[in-house]
Amino acid sequence: MFSILQGVYDPAAVALIAALALGFAGIPGLFLRTPGPGQMCAAVISILASMVGIPAALVLLFSHATTTFVLEWGLPFGSCELAIDPLSAFFLLPIFLVAAAGSLFALGYWPAAEHPSTERGLTFFYGILASSMAILLTARNGVFFLMVWEVMALSAYFLIVTEHDSEDVRRAGIVYLIATHSGSAALYVLFSLLAAQTGSFILPVAGSLSALPPAAMAIAIAAFVGFGAKAGIMPLHIWLPSAHANAPSHVSAMMSGVMLKMGLYGIFRTLTFFHDPPLLWGAVLTVAGISSALLGIAFAVAQRDMKRLLACSSIENIGIITTGFGVAMLGVSSHNAPLAYLGMAGALLHILNHSFFKPLLFLGSGVIIHAAGTREMNLMGGLAKGMPRAALFFFIGSVAICGIPPLNGFVSEFLLYFGFFSQLQAPSLIYLVLLAPLLALVGGLAVVAFTKLYSSVFLGTPRSQGAAHPHEAGLTMLLPMGLFALLCLLVGLLPQQAMRLVAPAIASFMPQMSAAVNPAEYGVMLGRISLMALLLVVIAAAVALLWRWRLGSASVTSAPTWGCGYQRGTSRMQYGATSFSELAVSVFNGIIRERITRPGLNGLFPGAAGCGDKPTETVLERVIAPLFTIAGVSFAFLRRLQHGQMHVYMIYIFATLFILMLWAH
Amino acid sequence: MTNSIIHIFLALVMPPLLLGVIGKTKAAFAGRVGAPFLQPYYDILRLLHKGSVFSTTTTWIFRAGPIVTLATTAVAALLIPFGAHPSPISFQGDMILYAYLFALGRFFTMAAALDTGSSFEGMGSAREATYSCLAEPTLFFALITLSRLSGSYSLSPMLVNISFGVWLNSGAALLMLVGGMFIVLLAENCRIPFDDPTTHLELTMIHEVMVLDHSGPALAIIHYAAALKLYVLGAFFVHLALPYATGNPALDWGLFIISMLELAVVIGIVESVMARLRLIRIPQLLVAATILAAFSTLLVIR
Repeated sequence: MFSILQGVYDPAAVALIAALALGFAGIPGLFLRTPGPGQMCAAVISILASMVGIPAALVLLFSHATTTFVLEWGLPFGSCELAIDPLSAFFLLPIFLVAAAGSLFALGYWPAAEHPSTERGLTFFYGILASSMAILLTARNGVFFLMVWEVMALSAYFLIVTEHDSEDVRRAGIVYLIATHSGSAALYVLFSLLAAQTGSFILPVAGSLSALPPAAMAIAIAAFVGFGAKAGIMPLHIWLPSAHANAPSHVSAMMSGVMLKMGLYGIFRTLTFFHDPPLLWGAVLTVAGISSALLGIAFAVAQRDMKRLLACSSIENIGIITTGFGVAMLGVSSHNAPLAYLGMAGALLHILNHSFFKPLLFLGSGVIIHAAGTREMNLMGGLAKGMPRAALFFFIGSVAICGIPPLNGFVSEFLLYFGFFSQLQAPSLIYLVLLAPLLALVGGLAVVAFTKLYSSVFLGTPRSQGAAHPHEAGLTMLLPMGLFALLCLLVGLLPQQAMRLVAPAIASFMPQMSAAVNPAEYGVMLGRISLMALLLVVIAAAVALLWRWRLGSASVTSAPTWGCGYQRGTSRMQYGATSFSELAVSVFNGIIRERITRPGLNGLFPGAAGCGDKPTETVLERVIAPLFTIAGVSFAFLRRLQHGQMHVYMIYIFATLFILMLWAH
Repeated sequence: MTNSIIHIFLALVMPPLLLGVIGKTKAAFAGRVGAPFLQPYYDILRLLHKGSVFSTTTTWIFRAGPIVTLATTAVAALLIPFGAHPSPISFQGDMILYAYLFALGRFFTMAAALDTGSSFEGMGSAREATYSCLAEPTLFFALITLSRLSGSYSLSPMLVNISFGVWLNSGAALLMLVGGMFIVLLAENCRIPFDDPTTHLELTMIHEVMVLDHSGPALAIIHYAAALKLYVLGAFFVHLALPYATGNPALDWGLFIISMLELAVVIGIVESVMARLRLIRIPQLLVAATILAAFSTLLVIR
C-alpha cells in the first residue's frame, strides 16, 4: 500500500485509486438512514472517479510502458503484483465510462425513493462489480486474479437477482451462477497449470512460454473454456440471454458492455504468454467466433423480448470480436503481419465500439421499460411520439450496432473485412477470405434484428394500453444515452482518431507484428472513410434542402395512414415484432424455431382464443439440455453429500484441508 | 477531371432513361406503342410539383427515409466506375463501403415503411429485410472473385480490369458470377421475377408497398433513387457481362451508354417473358445465386 501512496502523481496509481474509488462508491449509502443521498453520493463518486480514471488510462495507453506495483500480502502464493500495461489501460476505458454512465442513469431508472429495499444493494454491488473488473485488469498474480474474478462473478450475481421475488429472475441467477462457476473451475485448472510451468503464481511475461508442450495446449483449452464461458462464446453462452434480460437495465449495460469483455481480456492475456502459437488455436477461435456471430444474430432476430434480443446480439458481437482475434492469432502463427494487425485492430476497436452502442441500447431499454411497462416488443409501438430524444439516441445505437456507415460499428467491421480481403494476396491461408460473406450475412441479419427492435418499439401506433402514454425520460437517463450516442458518431466520423487508441494496445500485445506493419496506410484508408461519411452527410443535407424547397411551394396536409381502402384499421393490425421477423426466422429453421400455438376453432361460434409464439434454440433443446439431464442423472449419487447441515460441511472443509496438507508433505 | 464530370452528369441524368427503355421493351412485347422513353422523367417532374400528405402516425424517420436512400445511392454511384473509366472517388477498401451503403439506405427505407403503422408496408419491409439479407453474401462473393482476378482492393481497378482476356482465362468463374449477379440485380431492384414494380396493391409486393404512404416530392425522390440504384448495380453488372473497351475515352463513354441500354432491354425482355415467382421460391433463387457466386470464388482462389 505504501508504494501506492508514494506515487500519487503516477498515472498508474491514479488509475488504481480511481478503480478502488468505484468500489467504495456504494458504501456510504449502506450506512445512511434515508436511501436517496447514498445513491446520489455513489453517482458523484463514480463520475469523479471516471473523470480522473479515463485521462489516467489514456496517458497509460499512450505511454507504451508498463507500471508495476508489488504488494507483499503474506499469503503463500508469491507476492501480489499489480501492473498496468497498454492492453490493461485500453480495457480500463470502457469500465470507467460505463460505470459512470450507469450510476448516473440509476438515479432516474432505479430511484432509491421507489425501491427502498433493493437500491442499497444494487448501488453497492454495482460499484463493486466495476471496481473488481478494473482491478482484475491489473492483477498479475494468478491467485489474486482468481480472487478478484470471484468478486466480479458474485457481485454480478447479486446484481442479476436484484428483483428476486420473480421466479424468472431467480432462475436466471442460478443459471448464471452455475455457468460462471463452471468457468471458474476451468480457470483454477488454468492457473495451476501455469504455475506448474513457471514455478510461481506470478503471471508469465508476454512471449515467455513455449506453445509446444502438451501442457500449453491444456492451458489454452482451459482458458478458452473458462474465459469463453464469461464472454459468452458459443456453445458457452447458455446463461447469457436470461441473465441480461432479467437484470436491471444499467446492470445489463455494464455486463454486456464491459463484463463480457473481461472474458475476452482473459483469453487475450493468456495467449500473450506464448510465443509462436500453433495455427490450431487461431483456427478454433475463428470458427467459434464466426459461429457465435451467426447463431447469435439468428437468435436475436427471433426474440420477442427486447432485452433478450439485445443479449443475443451481444453474443453476435462477442463472436465478431473473437473472429477478429482468432484471425489475428492465425496471422501471428503464419507470420502474416497485416492479417495479425488488422484482425487485432478490428477486434479491439469492436470492443470499444460495442462498449459504446450496447450500453446505449440497454440504457435505452430501461427508458422503454419505464415508458411502456413491459419488455415484450409485440405490446409496444409509437413510443417515438412521446419520447423523441430517447428515440433518437436509440436509433443511433441501432444503426451503429448493425455496422452501417457513417457510425462506429462500420469502422471495426471494415478493418476485419479488409483483413479478410488482403488474404487474397497472402502466401497462405487464402480461404480465410470466405469469412467475408459470412460476416456480410451477419450484418444483413443484424439489420433485420434492429429494424425489428427499433420499429416495433418506437414506430407505428401503440399496440397496448400500457404503451399508449409514453413520457420522455429524465435528464439523468438521457444524458448517459446522449454521451454514448455522441461517441458512436465521433468514432464513425473520425475513425482514424479511434485507430490511434487501438494502436498502442496492439503494439504491446504483439510488438514484432505491429513493427512490421505501417499503420499510416490504414490511417489513410480510414481517413477516406471519414471523408465519405462527411460526403454522405452533405449530400443528404442537400437533398433535404431541395425537398424543403419543394414542400414550401405546394400544399402539405396530414391524414391518417392509408389503409388501402379499408376504413376500420386498428393498431393491432400492424405488423408486430414477431410477424416482421417470421419470414427471416423461417429461413433459419434448423437452428431456431418459432413454436406457434394456434387456437383450435370449434363450433359455429368459437369463443375467445389466444395465439402465442415462443422462439426456441434447437441446439439448446436438442443437445445441451439433454446433456445436462444426463449429467444430473448420472451424478445423482453425489446428492447424498448435500444435505444442508452446516456442521457436516465444516467437517468436509477440515477433511479436505487435512488431506491436502498430508499430500503436500 | 472531364471524365469525373461526365460520370456525375450521367449518374444524375441517365438513370430514369433505363426505366423508360424497360417500359418500351415490355410494351413492344405486349404489342403496344407504350409510353415515351422520357416518361419516367415526366413522372418525376410531375411528382415534384405535387403537394404532400403525411400520415399522422409518422415521425422524422418517415421523412428521412427517401433522403437517406437517395444520398447513399448517390455516394455509391461515385464509387462505381462507368465503363472503362475509373470512378471519381476510389480508395483501398471502397468495395466494403459500397456494399454497406446500401444497407444504410435499406435500414431507413424499412424503418420509414414501418413508421406508418400500415400492415401492408410492414409486410413489404419484412420481405425486403429477409431477401436483401440473403442477397448480401452473393455481392461479397462477387467482390472476392473480382479482387482476386484483378489483385486490387478497390472497385475501379477491380471492375475495369475485366476484359475479354480475363473472360478467356477464367470464363467459367465469370459466367457463374454473371448468373449470380444478374439474379441479385433483379432482386435488389425489385424487378420481375422477384417483385413487380408496376403494381401497388398486391400482397406479393416488396418495394412498391413500402413506399405506399409517400407522396409528392418524397415519392419523386424515391423513384429517382430507385432508378439510380438500378443504374449503379447495372453499371457493376455491365462490367462483368459486357466488358468492351477501346482505349478511346469518347468512344468508351458511348460504349458504356449503349451497354446500359442493352441491359435495360434485357431486363425488359426478362420481365416480358417471365411471371413473378411465388414468394416461397424467392429465397431459393437467392440462395442459388449465392451458390453460383460462391463457386466462382472457389474456382479463382483454389
